[in-house]
Amino acid sequence: MQRVVAAMLAALVLSGLGWAAFAPLETGSGEVLFAIPAGTSARRLAGEELAILPRTIRLGVQDVLVLRNADNAPHIFGPTLIMPGQTFRLPFTRAATYSFLCTAHADGQLSVIVEPAPAAGWERLRWRWRILANRG
Amino acid sequence: MSGTRVASLAAALLAMVPIAGAAVLYSARGPARTDGLRAGEYDPPRAAPEFSLAGSDGRPVTLSRYRGKIVLLTFGFTYCAAVCPTTLATLAQARSRLGKRADAVQVVFVTVDPERDDAAQMRSYLAAFDTGFVGATGDPKALAAARAGYGVTAVREGTGPDYAMVHTSSIFLIDRAGRLRAMMPFGRDAEDFAHDIGVLLEA
Repeated sequence: MQRVVAAMLAALVLSGLGWAAFAPLETGSGEVLFAIPAGTSARRLAGEELAILPRTIRLGVQDVLVLRNADNAPHIFGPTLIMPGQTFRLPFTRAATYSFLCTAHADGQLSVIVEPAPAAGWERLRWRWRILANRG
Repeated sequence: MSGTRVASLAAALLAMVPIAGAAVLYSARGPARTDGLRAGEYDPPRAAPEFSLAGSDGRPVTLSRYRGKIVLLTFGFTYCAAVCPTTLATLAQARSRLGKRADAVQVVFVTVDPERDDAAQMRSYLAAFDTGFVGATGDPKALAAARAGYGVTAVREGTGPDYAMVHTSSIFLIDRAGRLRAMMPFGRDAEDFAHDIGVLLEA
């Protein structure tokens, strides 16, 4: 009986590792949203310094950068001008570092680093482990 | 075969199921999505800000002049060392991929350097890429207003005759109805443009 339990446990661990190493990553649905909240323009006019968009954004291949303007004034947000109530969705399909002029930052630059999808096998297993460890 | 061995075999076979399933899913996965635009899309789209500038073809350049066509609008300067030639070469490639459908596409290149880019300079420069491209120039105030409508920035860098212009390098996609639909960042290839133009032409 003990051998059966041990075999089943080993089978479970193996199947988990197999899934982590070979199961495909979610693609096309990884939306990373940044929103300009209502009242941003008024707060900036009042002299408040607001950091809405990070200087560097890290995405995975097939992720979509979503920029939403919920304020009542247009904003140059990252790589583009977005009108009040408008959303801008920019998909990234290739791993690279993209640099944009961005007036929202003091140095006028925004970098989007798109990291390649890990290959099936050991690389993907390590990638999933890192994600799991980061969550913990 | 003993009961223990049968159970072990069954457990091992059971373990193979998710692995096999994952392998099948992996092999069935496509390289990339083909629906929608590859450029960044505006939702909802707005009317593309209009301008009226001097055209490299001797006629005023306005967006309404190209209503019914897809307009690829970009900002740059003819003395640009790398970004603008790359963009224009990519757009020329995209047009050549489209075959006859290229007639429904107009590339408009608005200068950010009116000091050096007059209509004649732009005409001879653009002809090296595609004779169908149109350049637009004007006084600094009119050009600044055109840039502001798209959130485009342009800053002079350096002094003397060899100064450069640091500018937004994106390409704006305007549909046949004159709506600003999308923005393609610098660095995308001709296939991406051809794909998105196809989507906009079929819409």
